[in-house]
Amino acid sequence: MELNSLTLKQQLDGLNDSSFSSTELTQDYLNRIKTKDISINSYITVTEELALKQAKEADLRYKKGQALELDGIPIAHKDIFCTEDVLTTCGSKMLSNFTAPYSSTVVSKLFNKGIVMLGKTNMDEFAMGSSNETSFFGEVKNPWNTDYVPGGSSGGSAACVAARLASAATATDTGGSIRQPAALCGLTGIKPTYGRVSRYGMIAFASSLDQGGTLARTAEDAAILLGAMSGHDPKDSTSLNVEVPNYTKDLNNDISGLKIGLPTEFFEQEMPDYVRKSTEEAIKVYKDLGAVIEEISFPNIGLSLPVYYIIAPAECSANLSRYDGVRYGYRCEHPKDIEDLYMRTREEGFGSEVKRRILIGTYALSAGYYDAYYLKAQKCRRLVANDFTEAFKSVDLILSPTTPGTSFKAGEKSNDPIEMYLQDIFTIPANLAGLPGISFPCGNHKGLPLGLQLVGNILEESKILSAAHHFQQVTNWHKELPEI
Amino acid sequence: MALSDKELKEIAYLARINIDEKSFPAFKGELDQILGLFEELNSANTDDIEAMSHPLNLSQPTRKDEVTEVDQREKMQESAPKVQSGLFLVPKVIEGNE
Repeated sequence: MELNSLTLKQQLDGLNDSSFSSTELTQDYLNRIKTKDISINSYITVTEELALKQAKEADLRYKKGQALELDGIPIAHKDIFCTEDVLTTCGSKMLSNFTAPYSSTVVSKLFNKGIVMLGKTNMDEFAMGSSNETSFFGEVKNPWNTDYVPGGSSGGSAACVAARLASAATATDTGGSIRQPAALCGLTGIKPTYGRVSRYGMIAFASSLDQGGTLARTAEDAAILLGAMSGHDPKDSTSLNVEVPNYTKDLNNDISGLKIGLPTEFFEQEMPDYVRKSTEEAIKVYKDLGAVIEEISFPNIGLSLPVYYIIAPAECSANLSRYDGVRYGYRCEHPKDIEDLYMRTREEGFGSEVKRRILIGTYALSAGYYDAYYLKAQKCRRLVANDFTEAFKSVDLILSPTTPGTSFKAGEKSNDPIEMYLQDIFTIPANLAGLPGISFPCGNHKGLPLGLQLVGNILEESKILSAAHHFQQVTNWHKELPEI
Repeated sequence: MALSDKELKEIAYLARINIDEKSFPAFKGELDQILGLFEELNSANTDDIEAMSHPLNLSQPTRKDEVTEVDQREKMQESAPKVQSGLFLVPKVIEGNE
């Protein structure tokens, strides 16, 4: 078996019993990136020299019997995480020349546990998009079929893991940006509870919604990596100061008697028969595993999409005001005065989806509209969150499809913003309520994978990870890999 | 509701993004579509509902008023478009006689 076909857990075992070295493993991925990524475009930057140096250091530690927790495992970082002295672009022309002066907490934590960085992955510009078509560095292709999109915004992270160009990858999720690409690329992706993973050095889009997480091949791999990057960080004032459970140990927790809720309103949405069928089959798997299925009601779920598309752009319009062409990033040529410098730098540096969201956000926050849009949206956000609070009184987890269908062709939705936004209809509610959500493969339709989503209560990542893990012990969808 | 050219111009100025007049119709069309989506919120009764600005009800942590950052001006300015003597350079902003 090729090294790149092994899961992260198998690789860790192999490194521990000296079946292969981190240098061999890292070199295997680097060779594969050189030949295969031309057709996928999942990486913006490959840090070959650094990766080999880190791998060599890991091998030395293994030899000395001083190996770190995840020593020598080669992964990729979404290009939204600042990496000291390495290009950090966020998929934008605005930051196409930006070398980060410091590392994000996520990157530092993983580095300190021995993780090898293969490079930085492509993404929708400033994480705004669901197809990875808005990146300044070009579209990312879905490894299952390169005519199709990998999803977004963490499209590069998903595509590189699915194509076995990294063992796993870091990613972020503001409205579904981990779970939707996980579904479209046949991976397991988890967005933890808001505040579980530090946002320090993670380039901000919508600060009350953004959360870091992982894209991996299995729930076990996701648990290992998530555990390593979670925890309190004094540098992020929204970081939760609570203990992180041992997610890996918790994977085997008994799930018989687990109560799984099906939101009636989700299933009333228009969706293709194959989505309904796969979801029903997954429900049957859980019944066989001893879970109890219950229908629950989410009367306000329909508000999620408009709430999200007011709150996220409003926060983005404030966050992205920092890109002014003065302190870092792109600056327009020959500005005639300071106003011209701001106006043209932002005209030329941002792509159209980013501009659209900044304009919407600016409008929603402007005098005369604040109450009608922003304040109203914040109140409706509470209504959506209350639906979850009510649901978790009677169930442990909430199950739904991750997306309304399998992947779509590049260009198919890019001219219709609303059609694109509907991609996130099942994933957005968890972000609004700050809850953990996971997506994992539960089917395949015409050669393209399909995902199942489980949402848990606050800080209950262990429950959704172990439910996904149990599913993967009795199904094989997660073992299917695209030929590339 | 439909945005007028004047409104779009004002928003673009508030956001400090120059928009070419040729792309006004396209922007207006897309923005109107998104604003139309917002109408759905009008049906929700939000009387006595408290606005939710943060997903978890947390209080803002405080820390001791001590300097923790080290001076990294030069390193921070390495990515700046134009710097001179440790200062960020921008076009002249103060009018007047030399």
